Amino acid sequence: MTGRARTIHLAVVALLATMAVGSVLMIVAGASPLHAWGQLLRQTLGERQGFGQVLFRATPLVFTGLAVAVPLRAGLFNIGGEGQLTAAALACAVVAAALPPGLPAPLAVLIATAVAFLAGAVVGAATGAMRIYRGAHEVIVAIGLNAIIAGVALWLGNRSLFVGESTRTATIPAAAQLPELGLAGSSASVSALGALGVAALVAWLLARTRVGFTWRMTGQGLDAARAAGLPVDRARVWAMTVAGGLAGLAGAHFVLGHKHAYEDGLGRGVGFLGIAVALLAQGQAMAIIGAALVFGVLGQGGLAISSDVPKEMVDVLQAVVVLVAAASLGRRKR
Amino acid sequence: MSGFVASLITLGFLAQVLRIAIPYVLAALGGTLSERAGVIDLALEAKLLMGAFAAAVLGYETGSIAIGIAGAAAAGVAVAAIQAFWSVRLGADQVVTGIALNLGAFGFTRYLLGVRYGQGANSPRFDGVGTGVLTNPISWIAAALVALVVVGLGQTRLGLRVRAVGERPDAVAAAGVSVARVRWLAVLIGGALAGVGGAQLSLPVDGFVAEASGGRGYVALAAVIMSGWRPGRAALWCLAFGLADAVQYRMQTHGVGLPAELTRLLPYVLALVLLAAWPRRVAPPRALGQPD
Repeated sequence: MTGRARTIHLAVVALLATMAVGSVLMIVAGASPLHAWGQLLRQTLGERQGFGQVLFRATPLVFTGLAVAVPLRAGLFNIGGEGQLTAAALACAVVAAALPPGLPAPLAVLIATAVAFLAGAVVGAATGAMRIYRGAHEVIVAIGLNAIIAGVALWLGNRSLFVGESTRTATIPAAAQLPELGLAGSSASVSALGALGVAALVAWLLARTRVGFTWRMTGQGLDAARAAGLPVDRARVWAMTVAGGLAGLAGAHFVLGHKHAYEDGLGRGVGFLGIAVALLAQGQAMAIIGAALVFGVLGQGGLAISSDVPKEMVDVLQAVVVLVAAASLGRRKR
Repeated sequence: MSGFVASLITLGFLAQVLRIAIPYVLAALGGTLSERAGVIDLALEAKLLMGAFAAAVLGYETGSIAIGIAGAAAAGVAVAAIQAFWSVRLGADQVVTGIALNLGAFGFTRYLLGVRYGQGANSPRFDGVGTGVLTNPISWIAAALVALVVVGLGQTRLGLRVRAVGERPDAVAAAGVSVARVRWLAVLIGGALAGVGGAQLSLPVDGFVAEASGGRGYVALAAVIMSGWRPGRAALWCLAFGLADAVQYRMQTHGVGLPAELTRLLPYVLALVLLAAWPRRVAPPRALGQPD
């Protein structure tokens, strides 16, 4: 199969499997699948407020999806989105709250976003370096770092950063806050547009630049790429570094565009969900936007029908998508 | 401080170390089996979680600890069956398959709690096996299984075949033995072991709590890798992780050293430092991650 045919094939199989498993889970929970799917779609795509919430949910998934797609291209697996997001969100909130008053809004947003990218990138770089230079499996390292970062963030918060008895840092100044899109009171903010821009930028990076070429060659055959004289090791650490930064942008989205502070547990699960998004999109940067919208609909719709079906149904469906993608990924390698 | 140190040289502390180490040990034994057969076992987390869930729910519903433990093994086997079908039959990417199963188990256990008990946080409490070690049947099962896996993998014909399909599947196939069948068997047995390990996460605390596995499956896999894929050494590494965990609990209760948010991280820090610094003299099974 050609690349495009394979992408469509995977998407169709994944959606059919999702619908089948979802329907079974609905029946087991005592709900009528026809009614439940209808409600799920109506309350997400059928009304402005619901669709705004879908956009709000899809925005960070674009970032964490890209954070999985970039290393995947270079043959590495980034399951550290959770920790990268957390580190970035905390750094972003702390720096933004400390910005001098009177700073013009674009500059404040730019600085806070850059801090988030850098904080995520540092975590990504550490994971990549452990893998490349110490031979430690990147999945185990990333899971360990996820736990360590969550614990350290909570400790820092409780020790000095959280305000009063809350588990929330100080509110960032208005200049650093991203305006909402104004979709019927939904939480969708301007960061949705930022996600589109970043996806386009990553698509260009992967397809048209030297480093993108090196990543692709590395992912297709490590030894061949090394024999061809490509800087394989450095490129792979860079792939994890950029990935960490991209996941960090999801943290900036939550802090600057929604909560206007760091809260304990902010964005939990979004890093993992990025894996399903990236795999459904077969690692294609622009297709990630569509995949993120699918999971935005599922997540928001799952909430809409949660009185009939436990909302964790969506987590199971996410796993179904990843399983379908795993089968496709394995076959492609042979 | 002296109270803290004194509390470490007691039989109670030793029992605590063993109790905490059991899930790690059984998961690592299961992981060793499937990885020696050539199948990457990133699904240990799912097997522990499903095992913990099945043990608590079946134990509560039937009132039988034995059925709870058997159910835990069956739950581990069920996860392993999906893993084996994907890895051995479909030739799927084994890392991604394992991660999918882990994510799915997190959602599935909470979904089932919601459907059955109306909330996704925990199962109803019941009389489990208690916190004692010698009175807990899982302790004895674990001790027997360590010996069984060490001898079985090293000294028996089936063990030889498992090791062979992980190193030279082509040679095994040429000798007329089905590579797929040996791999299926190793992964399924491994799943049963990890599932029973999961029972230790719920039966001693009288119920299942969502996300009870808490990353232990990944730490257990780290132990497998550091052991050079040798079951006895993997079990010893798991005891070390159990020791780290037990020490941090004692530090918390005695208010010694670092704050609780940080001491909790001790096993993870230990795993990362060891993965980075421990010299690896043993290469992984040559066919690890390769479908046929």
